[in-house]
Amino acid sequence: MRIDIKNLYKSYGDTPVLENFSLSVDSEKPVCFMGMSGRGKTTLFSIIMGLMKADKGSVTGTEGKRFSAVFQEDRLCDELSALMNLAIVTETPDKDKISELLLSMGLDEDEIRRPVTELSGGQKRRVAIMRAMVSDSDIVMMDEPFKGLDDATREQVIHRVKDNLKGRMLMVITHDESDAEMLGAEIVYI
Amino acid sequence: MAMKIGKEVLLASPAATFRALTGLMGQPAFWHTIVFSLTRIMLGFTLAVVRGVALGILSAWSETIRNLLSPLFSVIKAVPVASFIILLLLWVRGGNLSICISFLMVLPVVYNNILQGLLQVDKNLLEMAKVFRLSFKKQLLYIYLPQVLPYFIAACTTSLGLCWKSGIAAEVIGMPAGSLGNRLYETKLYMETAEMFAWTVVIVVISFVVEKGFLWLLAKINDKITQGFL
Repeated sequence: MRIDIKNLYKSYGDTPVLENFSLSVDSEKPVCFMGMSGRGKTTLFSIIMGLMKADKGSVTGTEGKRFSAVFQEDRLCDELSALMNLAIVTETPDKDKISELLLSMGLDEDEIRRPVTELSGGQKRRVAIMRAMVSDSDIVMMDEPFKGLDDATREQVIHRVKDNLKGRMLMVITHDESDAEMLGAEIVYI
Repeated sequence: MAMKIGKEVLLASPAATFRALTGLMGQPAFWHTIVFSLTRIMLGFTLAVVRGVALGILSAWSETIRNLLSPLFSVIKAVPVASFIILLLLWVRGGNLSICISFLMVLPVVYNNILQGLLQVDKNLLEMAKVFRLSFKKQLLYIYLPQVLPYFIAACTTSLGLCWKSGIAAEVIGMPAGSLGNRLYETKLYMETAEMFAWTVVIVVISFVVEKGFLWLLAKINDKITQGFL
């Protein structure tokens, strides 16, 4: 699988955030996007996922492809448990598999059944990451997914992400080069 | 205070009110009167809830429909209930007056709350649903319903008391035979102050029971839905 981004241009009012941005990405190696805030990384992700239209340029290779994502915010359904948040993004939810996955992320039996509003910030983040991994998708997009996680948890989560990638394309926005190293990803500076 | 005034015709004592109430409760007509008014007012309420929810959804979906409905609801909210009652007396039978009045009182409250609830639905969650290709059913159950339900409950809490009071007021003016409002009016006509107090107690109790019962039912439904989520 391959995505080709050609001469992408996007501005907010008079302020351009992406100017003639081009890149080709394939599913062989994860890609980490790095760069200062305001350089259009999140905008680029929104355009790739079809949530936003570019002013100029094109993105090809995403037609008919299924996305899953970790957004900058957790964007979980507050009233639902961690289990249900994961179950609703799969066509045929396997409760045992989902439970096992959440338990492996450091949540306990009680926590995975509570409404996610009752979980800590770090726990919610891990649920959001695992939601992207269990979803039946072809491309996984993660916008600063490991923000707010301590070093040990971050390492554990990155290993789970790699274990559950299963050949899918992974694109990650991060400010930390060690994330890219642990993911074995190619770095694109933007 | 009743003892101080000493005139039961002006202010009935609690004992006289209680005696009148027990006397009324022994008559089959008492229960028929309650059923007559309760069914009509609750029918008006139910129709308004159904229409209010439907119109709220349509307005949230289309700004054009929202703009078209906005002046209509502004008028309904601004016109005094007494004006509506007088106007409707020209058009509908007295027996149906309380249905129409409770409908008109409840409709704008439910409509506005449903519309506000739908407009406040978290756009980030809708974006998430789009990315993860959540079906309409899942979006409805897990995104819209939990966020709109508190608005719906608030609308019902506000409008239940409102429709009950305005429905009785309509019956007092329209005087449909066998209604609570008519019985209340007759007590005034024949200066039966104790009965008037007794009927007022009945109205307050029914209003309280209906409101609490309905909210209990909604809470149960809410719990059922929420537990289904976990």
